[in-house]
Amino acid sequence: MGSQATRSGVGTPATRVFGVIATLALGWVVVGGIFVTPPDVVQGESVRIMYVHVPTAWVSYLAFIVTAVASAGYLFGRRHSLGFDRVAGAAAQVGVSFMALTLISGSLWGRLTWGTFWEWDPRLTTTAFLFVTYLGYLAVRGLDGTPAQRAKRSAIVALLAVFEIPLVHFSVVLWRSLHQEASVLSTDGDIKMDDLMLFTLLVGVVGFTALFMWLVSHRQRVMALRDIVESRRIDVAMAERVAEGTPL
Amino acid sequence: MSHPSLGSVALAIAGKDLRIEWRSRVVINQVLPFSGLVMVMFALALDDDAMLQRTAGGLVWLATLFSLFMIVQRSYAVDTQDGALDAMRVAGVDMQAMFLGKSLALAAQLFVLEVVLFAVAMVLYRVSPLPDESTLAGFVLLVTTVICATLGLGFVGTLYGGLIAGAKGRDSLLPLLLLPVLAPVLLGATRATESALRSGGAVVAEGWPWVAVLVVFAGVFGVGGLLSFGALIEE
Amino acid sequence: MKDVGFIALTYVITFGVVGALVATTLVAGRRLSDHVADEDKPWT
Repeated sequence: MGSQATRSGVGTPATRVFGVIATLALGWVVVGGIFVTPPDVVQGESVRIMYVHVPTAWVSYLAFIVTAVASAGYLFGRRHSLGFDRVAGAAAQVGVSFMALTLISGSLWGRLTWGTFWEWDPRLTTTAFLFVTYLGYLAVRGLDGTPAQRAKRSAIVALLAVFEIPLVHFSVVLWRSLHQEASVLSTDGDIKMDDLMLFTLLVGVVGFTALFMWLVSHRQRVMALRDIVESRRIDVAMAERVAEGTPL
Repeated sequence: MSHPSLGSVALAIAGKDLRIEWRSRVVINQVLPFSGLVMVMFALALDDDAMLQRTAGGLVWLATLFSLFMIVQRSYAVDTQDGALDAMRVAGVDMQAMFLGKSLALAAQLFVLEVVLFAVAMVLYRVSPLPDESTLAGFVLLVTTVICATLGLGFVGTLYGGLIAGAKGRDSLLPLLLLPVLAPVLLGATRATESALRSGGAVVAEGWPWVAVLVVFAGVFGVGGLLSFGALIEE
Repeated sequence: MKDVGFIALTYVITFGVVGALVATTLVAGRRLSDHVADEDKPWT
């Protein structure tokens, strides 16, 4: 094999754009969120947690939708293109991390605002279930099998989850309505945001979304490379096995 | 040769699964005692007669769910052991009938399990759906709840069990995958049961909305299973 | 004030995890792309 030009990494001009946007936006979130924006009238300093909590929550839901749509694209597409499966998997990996961050930041915010790390309100409870569902999906992706087997299995699990999550949410809402929770425990609180705060929040959403796009693109390509390398290794091993069988 | 109907194939498969269980008695000898033991362990852990009586419904369904995994895994272990599942598929057995049949067999075994567990609860936790006022409403609610919940459990267990049946994954994957999905059944069944048993001041009428949740759940996964079981099993 | 502590913790954990995600992705990408020629990569 002669020397072939290999560009290092899996970046392309498109992903670099996302990377730059994400870096700039998130930089502002850190600087602005912590130092420049004023504290909230009602919540005080704890509103600063919202600048990361809200975007990570948004991205984790976005990731779930991407996984579901990509899974449908794999299952119902004529060519059953494995690219869809990789996007579904990459989005889920990123999504589960962001969902963990959402739960953590939400818990810390809750400790500051309500005095407790956790409340059994419908949205939190459903989010916790969504998180575990993600974990199950990723565990299924880890099972043995060819890429096609893994893709079909995971896609079915993801699409079943699309039906399961609303059902879970509705049951939990019905359940908690029995306990007549005061609306004081709303997860957003009543934030009357001034312009700078709102701006920081939106920049955060843009930044984390760009980060999501960057991560999913890169991870999807990494998975593609991994599959190529793996299938080559199998080819070589099989060729060696065949060679052993031929008589001299 | 005329094709046998979906229903008759499903019943044949359900019969096969149940006959295998009857001959091997794995569920009867291992899972039933385990679930009974779980009920005893609850009493040891919770150590409060009033609370046990109030939460009896929840405990019965928890014990059922813990045993569900064992029964599902057993159901598929039999099929994958000698490649029976693949053999049936290749032989042209309708996968929808397979799904219905296995769900039915699973539901039947769960039903027996639940009856036993409720009997145990009546003794250990001192609850009853037929208090002195001898109104049948509670009993009717309880029976309906058990049937609807068990049907849903049968569908979901068969579906997700089939998903990982052939895979050399870990057995611990099934609980992780199933438990979030089972949340509506746990909520619905326990709330309806509490209403039926009048635990903690619950009223029978409050249980029926939860039965509706159970019916929707069974419907969603019954249809979902019919649609996707074939794709799951074929490789 | 414990406020500051929790806020700092939130940002540290959030960007720590983000940084780890980005780093592991970049490292894996660089390492694997050395094994595969540019022509074989589906996106170039």
